[in-house]
Amino acid sequence: MKSKQLKFVLGSALIVLALSYLGFSGFKESMSYYQTVPEMYASGDAAYGRHLRVQGDVLPGTIVREGKNVNFVIGHENQTLKVQYVGTEPIPDTFRDYAQAVVEGTYGRDGIFTASKMQAKCASKYEKETAAGVTTTKNEGQ
Amino acid sequence: MAQLGQFALALAFIITIYSIIASLVGIRFRNDKLIASGRNAAVGTFGAITVSIASLAYLFLHDDFSVAYVASHSNRDLLRYFKVSSIWGGMEGSLLLWGWLLTVYAALVVIQNRKKHTSMMPYVTAVLMCTSLFFTAMNLFVVNPFKLSAVAFPNGVVNLFTPRDGQGLNPLLQDYWMAIHPPNIYLGFVGFTVPFAFAMAALFTKQLGDTWIRTVRRWTMVAWGFLGIGIIMGGNWAYHELGWGGFWAWDPVENASLMPWLIGTAYLHSVMVQEKKGMLKVWNIVLVVGAFVMSVYGTFLTRSGIVNSVHAFAQSNIGGYFLAFITLVLSVAGYLLYDRWSYLKADNQMESFVSRESSFLFNNLILHVACFAVFSGTMFPVLSEWVTNEKITVGATFFNNVNVPIAIFLMFLTGVGPLLAWRKASTNSLKRNFLIPAGIALSCGVIMFFAGIRHFYAWMALVMSIFVAMTIVREFYKGARARATGTGENFAQAVVNLTLRNTRRYGGYIVHFAFVLLFVGWSGQAFTTDTQQEVGIGDTFNLRGYTMRVESLSSADTPNYSAQRATVSLYDKGVHVANMFPERRFYKNVEQPTTEVAIYSTLKEDLYLVFGGASTDGSKAVLQLFYNPLTMWVWIGAWVLGIGTLIALLPNKKSPPSRRATAKARVGESKDAGKEIEHASS
Repeated sequence: MKSKQLKFVLGSALIVLALSYLGFSGFKESMSYYQTVPEMYASGDAAYGRHLRVQGDVLPGTIVREGKNVNFVIGHENQTLKVQYVGTEPIPDTFRDYAQAVVEGTYGRDGIFTASKMQAKCASKYEKETAAGVTTTKNEGQ
Repeated sequence: MAQLGQFALALAFIITIYSIIASLVGIRFRNDKLIASGRNAAVGTFGAITVSIASLAYLFLHDDFSVAYVASHSNRDLLRYFKVSSIWGGMEGSLLLWGWLLTVYAALVVIQNRKKHTSMMPYVTAVLMCTSLFFTAMNLFVVNPFKLSAVAFPNGVVNLFTPRDGQGLNPLLQDYWMAIHPPNIYLGFVGFTVPFAFAMAALFTKQLGDTWIRTVRRWTMVAWGFLGIGIIMGGNWAYHELGWGGFWAWDPVENASLMPWLIGTAYLHSVMVQEKKGMLKVWNIVLVVGAFVMSVYGTFLTRSGIVNSVHAFAQSNIGGYFLAFITLVLSVAGYLLYDRWSYLKADNQMESFVSRESSFLFNNLILHVACFAVFSGTMFPVLSEWVTNEKITVGATFFNNVNVPIAIFLMFLTGVGPLLAWRKASTNSLKRNFLIPAGIALSCGVIMFFAGIRHFYAWMALVMSIFVAMTIVREFYKGARARATGTGENFAQAVVNLTLRNTRRYGGYIVHFAFVLLFVGWSGQAFTTDTQQEVGIGDTFNLRGYTMRVESLSSADTPNYSAQRATVSLYDKGVHVANMFPERRFYKNVEQPTTEVAIYSTLKEDLYLVFGGASTDGSKAVLQLFYNPLTMWVWIGAWVLGIGTLIALLPNKKSPPSRRATAKARVGESKDAGKEIEHASS
């Protein structure tokens, strides 16, 4: 009986190992550091080599469309970052002034962040109003 | 009305506590009257929460913006239909819906079993009501949907204040599918409470035989079915509403709904091993507890904003309560399992790789690897921040790398598992059952390879799909042919009657077939292409044999939104097939733009056209066109999945009375037939 059980253990271990390997390679390929703009600056030279996802608010009036690309500036706690979006995916509906954006890509020595992907969240009307003391609840979205 | 809702909620809270106490005290003193009273109280909870959620609906329908939740999720111009669905547009209402659905399930369960399982049922009632208590308490004390609108002045004074209009529902949620997708997901999430309650009751009473397993089989399938359909509905919503061209992005909230589903799927299979062979008893309890905990955790993930997601907009304070509740559940279940271990000994052991139970074992193993991968990928930012102080996120590549091979392996098991014998399948039976399907699938594989399908995983998925489809067709054909010869029915009648007489087995095959269709749809994802063009009126552009011609660019203005829109004619190899109207709207009330995608769907492929934006003078527009092969099969698969699940839920049709005598006379004969079925049935 023991040897019969053993082959199931070995078989399962083999499957798990193979999948772990696949998972690990997928992880290395797709991992990125998630930082805010000041955190990225604080990481110093490490910022240049890494795949990054940087979060900041879109500064009003900085969005400029250049053909398929979009240039804009995001900021967080008084530090700002110039971003050039070169991705193929359409720009999200929620991307506009004041939106909270997450850009994914690499930071160049020229001080411009080249983003291949972008996410944006906006609950800003509610947040603005909350800040003004008009309502008590925030939009939860779905 | 707000007071009524609030009062009903408070009443529900008290009745729930009473129900728990009455059930537990009733058990302790063997007092049937108290137990019955606890049971009635459980039904009463359903009544109270129904009144509460109905008041919330009333408040939405009557634009009562004095209630903060209504003011922030609705407005006067919102369609009545969406006013109702606004109930679950935010956290407060979603949790109320969760709690209400739970009391619906609870009421049905206690009424269905009022005369059965007398020693187990009071525990079932108590566990259901404890869960209900948690959600009612959350709604009453933490996220109350009946809180009144108020203004806080800088000097600290808070005044009640009724806004003249509400802030409106997020336009992305003003969508038919979005109205029905969350209730479906919740019916799935909440439904797993029922098997959980029975598993706990079985542990408490030490009645760990087959009773609880048989009682919860249908309930688990109901939950599993709703969850599966709900997940696909969510995908459908994302596909036509979000405008990025796909339907699944491994977003944390999508993952949250997938995890309990994976565990539920594992349970539906491993439970058969316990029924037939008396093995995996501990495992099945672990799965039931796991599915329930994952459902609660999924609700938590969706609503707490602990991980960034397109769904979770706001951070909230509910996280701690959920974690405490989950910890409590795991501790109690863990302790009981430990204490009752000796009652859960397996009656048999695994013998051969090539057996039904072994196929279930591997099915469970890889479903769990899938669930674990999804879990760790979703939680990695949180975990890595704890450990290294840096948030590290993982992308779709990680999820796909693990889950695509798992899915293909699962498909393989779907094909072979149902036809393998228990204990050990003979080489002969393998040849008999698999030679033809495997032959056909491989021949098709060769053809597909030369037809240009070179993507390895997509090719594998399609070959597996054909293989599984062949085994299923063969099963129906074999069974129906035998039945047609035996009864004189024609073939079509035989197929129907065959299915209705063993709904679990043949419904299961139909569900498996649904996954074949879903696989075909998913493998199309390997061949998507897209193009982005800046175009003016009269310009044309091509993609995969299709030509798009921009006929006009216009703008519109309605009270609700302003819009820019393009009219595009679509030509398939020169023949005009459709006019498409991709649009970009700006909803004024919520100051939010949305994309209205234009989709031209055929069984072969979808053309998916997005209006990206217009140049300042309006003479040019950026259009993005996606070519998505086979996407329609995902939605067709979802329908088949629903139908298959429904069939599997039907009770088996009995022989008509006139034939009963003959059936009795053939008992000996049917016993052999029964063996044949046992050999192959689920």
